[in-house]
Amino acid sequence: MSPAGKKFEYAPAPESRAVVTLRSSYGLFIDGEFVDTADGRTFKTISPATEEVLAEVTEAGPTDVDRAVAAARRAYQRTWSKLPARERGKYLFRIARIIQERARELAVLESLDNGKPIRESRDVDIPLVAAHFFYYAGWADKLSYAGLGPDPRPLGVAGQVIPWNFPLLMLSWKIAPALACGNTVVLKPAETTPLTALLFAEICQQADLPPGVVNIITGAGDTGRALVEHGGIDKVAFTGSTEVGKMIARSTAGTAKKVTLELGGKAANILFDDAPVDQAVEGIVNGIFFNQGHVCCAGSRLLVQESVYDEVLVSLKRRLGTLRVGDPLDKNTDVGAINSAEQLARIRELSEVGEAEGAERWSPPCELPERGFWFAPTVFTGVTQAHRIAREEIFGPVLSVLTFRTPAEAVEKANNTPYGLSAGVWTDKGSRILWMADKLRAGVVWANTFNRFDPTSPFGGYKESGYGREGGRHGLEAYLDA
Amino acid sequence: MPDRTSRSTTDRMPVRKTYKLFIGGAFPRSESGRSYEVTDVKGRFLANAAHASRKDARDAVQAARKAFPGWSGATAYNRGQVLYRVAELLEGRRAQFAEDVRAGEGGSARAAAAAVDAAIDRWVWYAGWADKIASVTGSANPVAGPYFDFSVPEPTGVVAVLAPQQSSLLGLVSVVAPVIVSGNTCVVTSSSGRPLPAITLAEVLATSDVPGGVVNVLTGQLADTAPTLASHMDVNAVDLAGAAGDPELSTRLEVAAADNLKRVLRAPAAEPDWRAEPGMERMLRFLETKTVWHPIGV
Repeated sequence: MSPAGKKFEYAPAPESRAVVTLRSSYGLFIDGEFVDTADGRTFKTISPATEEVLAEVTEAGPTDVDRAVAAARRAYQRTWSKLPARERGKYLFRIARIIQERARELAVLESLDNGKPIRESRDVDIPLVAAHFFYYAGWADKLSYAGLGPDPRPLGVAGQVIPWNFPLLMLSWKIAPALACGNTVVLKPAETTPLTALLFAEICQQADLPPGVVNIITGAGDTGRALVEHGGIDKVAFTGSTEVGKMIARSTAGTAKKVTLELGGKAANILFDDAPVDQAVEGIVNGIFFNQGHVCCAGSRLLVQESVYDEVLVSLKRRLGTLRVGDPLDKNTDVGAINSAEQLARIRELSEVGEAEGAERWSPPCELPERGFWFAPTVFTGVTQAHRIAREEIFGPVLSVLTFRTPAEAVEKANNTPYGLSAGVWTDKGSRILWMADKLRAGVVWANTFNRFDPTSPFGGYKESGYGREGGRHGLEAYLDA
Repeated sequence: MPDRTSRSTTDRMPVRKTYKLFIGGAFPRSESGRSYEVTDVKGRFLANAAHASRKDARDAVQAARKAFPGWSGATAYNRGQVLYRVAELLEGRRAQFAEDVRAGEGGSARAAAAAVDAAIDRWVWYAGWADKIASVTGSANPVAGPYFDFSVPEPTGVVAVLAPQQSSLLGLVSVVAPVIVSGNTCVVTSSSGRPLPAITLAEVLATSDVPGGVVNVLTGQLADTAPTLASHMDVNAVDLAGAAGDPELSTRLEVAAADNLKRVLRAPAAEPDWRAEPGMERMLRFLETKTVWHPIGV
């Protein structure tokens, strides 16, 4: 029998695109209105699954950034900081409700622009977005109870730059707490996934949010840099690569800007011999193939206890054989498209390095569409800690498998990375879970589960995975002067 | 400085103290063999203090890293007890500290005594935090699903602490205690011009129950050791208090700290009044939040 499991044949079940109305081109959302660029250019955003052009969007120039920051400052001084906290909260509740009302539209648009399976955008991303706004809406008038002092104050204008892997979810992680704490924002979505942020701008209009409280400027790295380095902002919040995170830390040195960074990871998912193998394999697969592995906290290093290595590998390969790779809008799809040609090239390059350095590469039989950006789920065995695929963030559907004998060795290997965002532990033994959770130097430890997120639960890294927390009471601290 | 230690004596030659570095629980001289002259406010000779080198700074980081697992792994109750014990020993050396502080900072004997008393009380205040930080900063998170989810604070790791230049004991205590109470270990650069209270504090730490390497003290010039500490890849965080009023230096150090994304407590524009209520800021800055999830089921 082939190690790969057998797929059931399903008829295509595509989600309808009719729910989404795309404009042919989008301006910048500044001061409550869509406006044309003053000194920028336009670029096209495509569907990574088909390379179809979805819309033309604007690359904001320095003057645009100035205008957006000025609008946010005006809104902060004249409106938002004067509004009773209770009223701020009500705007956020209103936004949360509109997100729920337009959830299907947002989910389809997210899958179109990002390439992630509709099952994930519909069941994970968008529900979490609404939940995040609901959660922080309730904090707006309770900040003095947050344990950050009797009278915590907003910072002012926040400049926020977010990545392409969870476009609207990352927007919600940034905007909801910022607004709840009384700040106004200028947010730049990633250049490959601007569309849900622009739809969110329409939602702000529907909610009658005062102009300038939320400003959305699209663009690439230069726009992001202009925003982060702008003298008119009081706060920088960034989610993205560790490399860019370090550049931001340098460029904000010596300023009064408060900075929070949520960066890369190389999480270990540690499987002990007493764990129920099938359940653990489900978690491992979810840990690395969820969202095509475009997840900063992905469980990209599997550490298996030697005594169960063979059994786990058989089960893992069988499960991978049942993953459906293809049309993101098909409701049966498990793994969608890689977000961009650039990211695909990076995944290919590191996978080739993995082979060249001597690791054994395996993928299940898998037909990939001809157009678009695709990469088959991939497992590397025989990986050592020195291999680049065990050290560098691949940010794709690639799992590196290593082994260990003792709990101490597992901890040693798991912590042997400059990153420290997340980790996973699979064992039936409660005391071992807590011992491991204590020893792992990571901001989130998932025990007998993986890749769970909730607005009430603080998320963020140790070491070079960044600083600051998002979510929960802890997430307020990033947006308050306490 | 003859009159300082022989003030109330007869013809007896006083026995002077050699001021050295404090690294890994031992008192080495600088590996560079260098020392520098420390004077009182009026410019009179007090002592030759060790002039720490970059190599001394690296050795101190190594000692702090070595001490981290033990100190961070101790129970919070135990850390609280150990730190309280330090306060007991500080109390026993009040007179010597007051003399050190007054020689370096000037002012009246009464003011120096008040600074020492405040420093001891500050230490006691922080000692009491050891087993309370987690209750105040941790949380049980009511996630929307069948999971038990909680967040706990953990020490960041090895912290480089640039102690204040002016307040040589109260300021020093106010930056060291909040770092170590939660389980961090540290390398402290003392006030460059007023290093003697820091070394006397090191002598107290050495004879208390604080494990060697938890606090390491470097005397010398900030410009020699601070850049090494700020750029050191095995240092997790840096408190720039000692660079207050020097934006050029503190910006340079913050840029260097970005190499491994150290947590940075920025230098204020001017040295603050350390007598003010400290609040939790200095403890919080050197803590990480860890969130743990586990399914609930039968």
